[in-house]
Amino acid sequence: MQAFAALIDGLIYTRSRDLKIRLIADYLRITPDPDRGWALAALAGTLNIATVKSAAIRAMAEERFDPMLFRMSRDYVGDTAETVALMWPDKSGGDAAPTVSEVIDLLNSTSRARAPAVLAELMDRLDANGRYALLKLATGGMRVGISARLAKTAFGQAFGVSVDDVEEVWHALRPPYTELFVWGEGRTERPDPADSAFFRPFMLAHPLEDGSVHLDEFAAEWKWDGIRIQIASTGGETRLFSRGGDEVTGSFPEIAAAFNNIGVVDGELLVRGDVQGGEAASFNALQQRLGRKNVTAAMQAEYPVFVRLYDILFDGSEDLRGQPWTARRDRLELFTAKLDPARFDLSAVIAARDFEHLAEIRAAAREAAIEGVMLKRRDSLYLAGRKVGLWYKWKREPLVADCVMMYAQRGSGKRSSYYSDYTFGCWTEDGNLLPVGKAYSGFSDEELKWLDRFVRNNTVARFGPVREVEKSLVLEVAFDAVHESKRHKSGVAMRFPRISRLRRDKPAEEADTISALRAMFD
Amino acid sequence: MWIDPSRPAERALVTHGHADHARSGHGAVWATPETLAIMALRYGTEMGTPVPYGDGFEHGGVKISFHPAGHVLGSAQILLEHAGERVVVTGDYKRRFDPTCTPFEPVACDVLITEATFGLPVFTHPPIEDEIAKLLAARDANVDGCIVVGAYALGKAQRVIAELRRAGYDAPIYIHGAMQKMCDLYAAHNVPLGDLIMATGLAKSELKGAIVIAPPSAMNDRWAQRLPEPITAMASGWMRVRQRARQRNVELPLVISDHADWTELTDTLLELRPSETWITHGRTDALGRWCELHQLKARALDLIGREDEDEG
Ligand SMILES: [Zn+2]
Ligand SMILES: [Zn+2]
Repeated sequence: MQAFAALIDGLIYTRSRDLKIRLIADYLRITPDPDRGWALAALAGTLNIATVKSAAIRAMAEERFDPMLFRMSRDYVGDTAETVALMWPDKSGGDAAPTVSEVIDLLNSTSRARAPAVLAELMDRLDANGRYALLKLATGGMRVGISARLAKTAFGQAFGVSVDDVEEVWHALRPPYTELFVWGEGRTERPDPADSAFFRPFMLAHPLEDGSVHLDEFAAEWKWDGIRIQIASTGGETRLFSRGGDEVTGSFPEIAAAFNNIGVVDGELLVRGDVQGGEAASFNALQQRLGRKNVTAAMQAEYPVFVRLYDILFDGSEDLRGQPWTARRDRLELFTAKLDPARFDLSAVIAARDFEHLAEIRAAAREAAIEGVMLKRRDSLYLAGRKVGLWYKWKREPLVADCVMMYAQRGSGKRSSYYSDYTFGCWTEDGNLLPVGKAYSGFSDEELKWLDRFVRNNTVARFGPVREVEKSLVLEVAFDAVHESKRHKSGVAMRFPRISRLRRDKPAEEADTISALRAMFD
Repeated sequence: MWIDPSRPAERALVTHGHADHARSGHGAVWATPETLAIMALRYGTEMGTPVPYGDGFEHGGVKISFHPAGHVLGSAQILLEHAGERVVVTGDYKRRFDPTCTPFEPVACDVLITEATFGLPVFTHPPIEDEIAKLLAARDANVDGCIVVGAYALGKAQRVIAELRRAGYDAPIYIHGAMQKMCDLYAAHNVPLGDLIMATGLAKSELKGAIVIAPPSAMNDRWAQRLPEPITAMASGWMRVRQRARQRNVELPLVISDHADWTELTDTLLELRPSETWITHGRTDALGRWCELHQLKARALDLIGREDEDEG
């Protein structure tokens, strides 16, 4: 556990990505099984200890510490787990510290009711850094600035294998990934994930910044405004995966049930409705379904989902990823024809004479509520990740509105000392400001400092962590779409709002009205 | 008569040489000989009456004496006795071993005016040997670069150097120019610091594998850009909290403090059991709460002009 704690602290204090990778790689090479596999799972976010939730940690603290002293400490430290780790009386010493796998085994084999006691016994055997690592491990939120991809990259670097190969087998394996290490150390062939429906990494696109492509070389498709999804089926089981490889089958069971073919396909999950070319509802409708582990029949009826297919990775057990897009497209058309048309259709190829013609078609697509256009090289193989020059996304221009800052809240992580989350509003007809959105990105570090100072110097009221500010600062807000919302008093909600400019020059009275936003509805 | 007045006063008793306690421009000053030497170094020609540890004098019917506080060279607690009542002002203090100054002596009293810089239960300073070992390990792992340690120029810097020596590190230690005179002053007071070399003006190649000590304010300025691939360390009690270390861009936090931690603060109160405690200089609310829980009479004494962050 000490080695793992040292790794976690090293990652917290190291800013360079390369150094982080090296720290993880060194740890993975020298740490024995299964400790290193559990650590890898913790870093990649695939470790889930069902018996410990953050409420258990709070309960443990309340039982031991004076509530006032705990609250003062928590307010100062800013993180519950760290506060508990630091306040915990030090009883460690000697060589009684548990290993990572001992921790996992103990916590996995206990009940939720017994877990706090088990955790407390483990705390007594560790020093402050060990206790911190233990609590982070147990609750699954490492927060060390490591993505799953970075953890896999570090594994690849540790053992001299390609990260794409790691991705390929990753989703067929479970923590503590013993087979992965056996392969990494060259003691066996790469694990064969056949016979289970597992995730293959998506092929992703680069933004088309400017310039153009030739339509002889590139095919154009709509970029639909839904959720990118992969369906993998072995016949025996069918599973759905989101962009990052998280399984979402439970949220969309009717899709899995309707998929009566064997293979792996790539598409966009949409809700049927009367916008988006008359066939798909806005992203807003889809959000009603997302993130739900179980959906009722009523939900399924109210928000009927379907998948618009982009690509095919496997037809049966035949791997098509090494074939050019044109060949895969032919196979996809044949494959889709055998599927239930109520649940699956084909993403059409846009017929354009040339790039200028395509630009015209794209410009007209704003009303059709389409995110933009995809450009795919006709000879592109299906390759994991973002490869230069093969696929481009050509998004439509963002919409912008001038809004007035109304409230601000402190950020999290390294922004916890800054007011970095802003709620902004637009004017009603009778001259009131109503909130229309919230943004916490789009500004530079310099601008953040300025905004933070503005908030502190212009606070008119405080509600817990939220400060209400003088309604004097105009923020130019960029967003991808705006739609009707019953949850907001203003009746509108933005998609992906971000601050595009600080309009210190503009008087607040001249900011936009809510009716101006309504005019931009999809 | 004032203790550590934050504005020029006619008569001042000064506990120790840190800038938030020892200011310039007072009329008459009483302090330990070491503190007077530090004030003379910082402010030029200031004079005062030296009061060695254990000695005292009388003023307006009050007996005043100075006792070791263990904080930095010359640091003192001040005992005031009047009509059988004893009041102790701790000034800044710590109870841990420190090779650069006289250790803290508990002084029985009726009223204790205690500091509370680290007056939160999350602050437990680890053994300094562990922190020095961390520093030496980082140095060994980065022989092509250097480690630059941010340390307050009075007290912390000399303590880190002396502890490195105690751990057997006898290579030259490189220091920022602003620390030279204070290190000389310590050496003149029988605190041997070994071979010290000014880092300013040296070529990068000469600093490979070096440990460089600099005031925290120099760490992020142009001075640090002349160092070969420096790893930024900081010696401070605040380093105990990860977010604080990260905010200051510290890569190697060293939890080394010249102030009492939570355990030292509360143990001292239990040991002295004063009939009343006044809490100042730091987190008065949490230590006040602790006193309440332990049925000790306490109140917060809020002072102005105290910036607690820099000399942690
Ligand atoms: Zn001090
Ligand atoms: Zn002080």
